[in-house]
Amino acid sequence: MSVDIIFAIAVTIMTAATPLLIAAIGELVVERSGVLNLGVEGMMIIGAIAGFAGAQLMGSATAGILFAVGAGMLLSAFFALLVLVMAANQVATGLSITLLGLGLSGLIGNAYIGLPGLKLPKMDIPGLTDLPLIGNLLFGHDILVYASFALAFGVSWFLFKTRSGLILRAVGDNHSSAHAIGYPVLLVRFLAILFGGACAGLAGAYLSLSYTTQWIEGMSAGRGWIALALVVFASWRPMRAIAGAYLFGSVLILQFHAQALGIKVPTQLLSALPYIATILVLILISRNRRLIQSNTPACLGLPFVADK
Amino acid sequence: MKKTVIGALAALSLIAAGATATVQNAIAAGKDKVKVGFVYVGPVGDFGWTYQHDQGRLAVEQALGDKVETTFLESVPEGADAERAIEGLARSGHDLIFTTSFGYMDPTNSVAKKFPDIKFEHATGFKREHPNVSTYDSRFYEGRYVQGMIAGTMSKTGVAGYIASFPIPEVVQGINSFLLGAQSVNPDFKVKVVWVSTWFDPGKEADAAKSLLDQGADILTQHTDSTAAMQVAAERGAFAFGQASDMIKFGPKTQLTAIIDDWAHYYVKRTKQVLDGTWNQQATWDGMTEEHVIMAPFTNMPAELAAKAAKLAESIKNDTFHPFTGPITKKDGTVFLKDGEVAEDGVLAGMNFYVKGMDSELPK
Repeated sequence: MSVDIIFAIAVTIMTAATPLLIAAIGELVVERSGVLNLGVEGMMIIGAIAGFAGAQLMGSATAGILFAVGAGMLLSAFFALLVLVMAANQVATGLSITLLGLGLSGLIGNAYIGLPGLKLPKMDIPGLTDLPLIGNLLFGHDILVYASFALAFGVSWFLFKTRSGLILRAVGDNHSSAHAIGYPVLLVRFLAILFGGACAGLAGAYLSLSYTTQWIEGMSAGRGWIALALVVFASWRPMRAIAGAYLFGSVLILQFHAQALGIKVPTQLLSALPYIATILVLILISRNRRLIQSNTPACLGLPFVADK
Repeated sequence: MKKTVIGALAALSLIAAGATATVQNAIAAGKDKVKVGFVYVGPVGDFGWTYQHDQGRLAVEQALGDKVETTFLESVPEGADAERAIEGLARSGHDLIFTTSFGYMDPTNSVAKKFPDIKFEHATGFKREHPNVSTYDSRFYEGRYVQGMIAGTMSKTGVAGYIASFPIPEVVQGINSFLLGAQSVNPDFKVKVVWVSTWFDPGKEADAAKSLLDQGADILTQHTDSTAAMQVAAERGAFAFGQASDMIKFGPKTQLTAIIDDWAHYYVKRTKQVLDGTWNQQATWDGMTEEHVIMAPFTNMPAELAAKAAKLAESIKNDTFHPFTGPITKKDGTVFLKDGEVAEDGVLAGMNFYVKGMDSELPK
């Protein structure tokens, strides 16, 4: 295999990992605040159609991104209303948000079926992008690929280096105590959920504006669920989410290359690899009590109702 | 007491017999109105396979107006869920149910057993276990051969990429036919196949397309349902063939031609037969001749190649040429067809091997 192919593969892996990473980082923040949002898939697909429709309306793929983020936040605000204000069961609510998102996106998307879409412009720095091999790998992507890294590093810094991040983690670890010291538990969670929705919408925009530039019903095809698995895989640490997203992306892409090269591995096994990896990591981290205690938000999935 | 029970039973059986007779009369005499249900594997907006079936459904509505009522269920997973979906249609008063994916084969037959008065039509399968089950299919491989010939002529690298779904006979026929068509102009032509294990996942299809192009293919063809591969080929400046519907909009400078599935006449014909009571069990396998398979215009190629392709398609259409005409050797070196021998439908319908010239192995 020539070096060219290896670099070409690396570029493809980056595009496969990007939506997973963006959505996972958003969900990571939500879970760190103690809320389990199973609606990622629904928010992602809503982002995909809003991004596509927005790009068509405004005639600009970049404008589409704003629509996608807005739509993701809108749907997540609805989720927040149900689980925070009404203290509804988070699992059931998240699942219904996913179903709602899938259905609603199909309805909105009806008018956009079969339209060729607009593609996000790729970065093109004269001199740098033309560098042999690494030029395209490092400097030839669209803005969202770089945004995914910025998000991961930014969230890591926020969670572990800022006071607000500490409050958010405190809310996720022990909402009663956080409430007792006077932190606005519901407000913190609301903002975290909005951030998660924005990220899921952004990941959706990547799907319809860059990955495959078109609107197709159900085009998120389970990527929201992979993002959810990634958060656990990363044991709620943003840097590990980068590693996880790229591992998942590599597995997704390499299985095709293995086939095209004629390597004999059952394709079904290759498709299952990301999930097998998640299970393995779950087994490994569950053997290490300290790792669980230090990273798993203790109040994950528990509704908070302030004592009167 | 005993007498009463027996009497009641006798009365019941009389009523039942009468009811059956009435039903049979109704069938013989036809119906005033039929309710037709469709089960789709993807969303109607896939712009490929399911989209074309839905165009067929709309054609039924248009042709028969208020004599018909149609419903559809989309994105129904193959397997156990399908049985529930089909049974749901059967219980809600449908007279004719089309199930439009290979994986609905067993579910269709098992629901058909429970509802002998309802007609079932299963696309691309081969099981007709009950008299109320018909199967229908198109000879997509006819179009694949023409595409193969075009790919063999147009490709500079001598390699085409093939995005495949599942290793079922329909897909294997297509790969073999494509390769044979390419070999007719370039005996050393190679086809690289990537199996994505899905009919519809645009992201996966796009990834597979990129992998194939990275590995030297310069023409793509697919047996999956979305337009993703066409778009990837367009971005990379490669060529591609549209699948199931005309995808020229997604690759104005990329699409060489497309295989268009036209289900409309079949759906209209069979619905009419239920209306006038002449429906009977059939195994339909139509191709270009019956215009089940239509080639989109030959674009983005030299005029002489377009003319050659059109002529080849015409020879398949008027039955003077069959893509599977010997001599053809299997990949394992044994003889598939002797010189001049034409493959029988039964053999094609169960095709589970590659022909000579494929490098990879067919997954089990």
